[in-house]
Amino acid sequence: MRRIALHMLIGETGKYLGIVAGVMFASLLIIQQLSMFSGILTQTYSGITSVHADIWVMDPKVKSIEDSKPMTDGELGRVRSVEGVAWAVALYKGSTSARLENGDTEGVSLYGIDDTTFAGGPSQMVEGKLSDLRISDAVVVDSMSAKDRLAHVNADGTRVPLKVGDTLELNDHRVKVVGLCQVGRGFQSQAVVYTTYNRALSIAPTQRKNLSYILATAQPGKTPEEVAAKIKRVTGLGAYSSQQFIDKTLHYFLTETSIVINFGMSVMVAFLIGTLIAGQTFYNFTMDNLRHFGALKAMGASDRTVLSMILLQAGLVGFVGFGIGTGLACLMGLAMQDSMMTFTLPWYVLAFTGMAVVGISGISALLSLRKVVKLEPGIVFRG
Amino acid sequence: MNTVITAAVECRGIKKVFGSGSNEVQALRGIDMDVRQGELMMLVGPSGCGKTTLISVIAGVLDATYGECKVFDKSMQGMTNAERTRYRGENIGFVFQQFNLIPSLTLRENVAIPLLINGMNYDAAMPKAEEALERVGLRERAGDRPLLLSGGQQQRVAIARAIVHSPRLVVCDEPTSALDHVTGQHVVELLREVAAGDGRALIVVTHDSRIFQYADRISRMDDGSIQNVYGSYQEMVEAERNQQ
Repeated sequence: MRRIALHMLIGETGKYLGIVAGVMFASLLIIQQLSMFSGILTQTYSGITSVHADIWVMDPKVKSIEDSKPMTDGELGRVRSVEGVAWAVALYKGSTSARLENGDTEGVSLYGIDDTTFAGGPSQMVEGKLSDLRISDAVVVDSMSAKDRLAHVNADGTRVPLKVGDTLELNDHRVKVVGLCQVGRGFQSQAVVYTTYNRALSIAPTQRKNLSYILATAQPGKTPEEVAAKIKRVTGLGAYSSQQFIDKTLHYFLTETSIVINFGMSVMVAFLIGTLIAGQTFYNFTMDNLRHFGALKAMGASDRTVLSMILLQAGLVGFVGFGIGTGLACLMGLAMQDSMMTFTLPWYVLAFTGMAVVGISGISALLSLRKVVKLEPGIVFRG
Repeated sequence: MNTVITAAVECRGIKKVFGSGSNEVQALRGIDMDVRQGELMMLVGPSGCGKTTLISVIAGVLDATYGECKVFDKSMQGMTNAERTRYRGENIGFVFQQFNLIPSLTLRENVAIPLLINGMNYDAAMPKAEEALERVGLRERAGDRPLLLSGGQQQRVAIARAIVHSPRLVVCDEPTSALDHVTGQHVVELLREVAAGDGRALIVVTHDSRIFQYADRISRMDDGSIQNVYGSYQEMVEAERNQQ
């Protein structure tokens, strides 16, 4: 009866496509919303993942990567002296403004990395070399911003990307672009500019304390978590492994900002709409076929046979709809790759959506099943 | 000692009550009825007299409130629900008033359903279904969908479906009500030819007097009871004329 169940479903092409479209739309909606949410969450800690460092040391009151509280330069020496630290370097992270050729200004996240080793620099260069930061007034700019936020806008509105060799004005300091790098878009969606630590201090507004973070690495044989705990104990500073700092940052954004409520509502609405559309469509399909299922029962089909037919139909619809929905969501993600929009499609979004679709199909099938089980085969004798 | 079964259906004291209290409706009021092997029994009577309820009880798709109904010496009331479902699938064929063909399936698949329900695999069932379609003159349309067929053709497909697994009893509910006179006659002739005889039996519920002549016996029902059983249509006409 499995083939009959499938032919019953596929044979009514219009209805079949309608149900698949419902599940597809539900999947697309849920994946799209969750991916956007996931993308935004990824942005909140992209400043951590963009930097190669085992351990982040900071003021103990820091809540997230975006919330740096400057420390005195002397803290760097204290961290270096902690047993188990292989090396430690200073990192400046601050905001400044870039004046564009047309007079507009753009907010910029300015990173000042170790002058000698360039530790803390971007992990992936698109053009140029990180070591070119040794050149006077040199900066490295993120490639995405070079194409949009920091691009030169012609009189006709066309954009000419910022390229290696071009100059920028950062807080009244002229700097020269020596390289383009690839970094994750930050939470504030600002352009990211890297330079050396001391040059960053000369560009940024003068402050009494300038050291935003200390990046450190554990000695071989010790885990970053162990060494971070020791730094915390010895210096009284906040010290975390990269993963711990990501978790701390995520925790802050999830619990102390409205991002979850705002986006969570949106995801919830998408989920409900998707569920209702797909569930209702499949339920209607089964109800339309109730008389036929009654006839099958009258002709000797057991409840189990009929139930397995309906579950098979629900499974097929869920599988095909989820597959197409996921495919479309991936295409959408590809189309948004170079845009300001955030779209991250991790495995758990697919897993969650898959479970949601199984739930949608399952619940609508179960609702139908209840009717089918209660259905008297004698229904077929009523005109 | 082998018992020779001559009755295809034996119903004794069948009562069916719907609802309870002030809403109680007695649809069947103690029916005694036999259907012999090899005969075509017609259940006739006005709408609402209990004909459909009676064949539902006989076919085991509806439980009687009281009484017992045996189909080929097997008590439908004595079986569990699962046993009754299985027995129905193996021994009873159905022809419904509204055909109940599944529109998204081909005629071949529709006809094969009883075989598939009884556990035959799909590939083996399809040739058998085509043979049944041949018996009703529709083999060449085996790959078509039911909605492409006329009402008479759809009912012929329903007959093919009812007989494809060679059931011993076929029950038909108003098989001609949706058909014109000539088509209706052809359908009953066909039913008689393929479903009655050879130790089998056919029960037809109808109020279409134009097909009464095809019955071996006619049971006239009214208000939940069998009023009379006639040996032929002619006998029924004469008896009713005498009553007037």
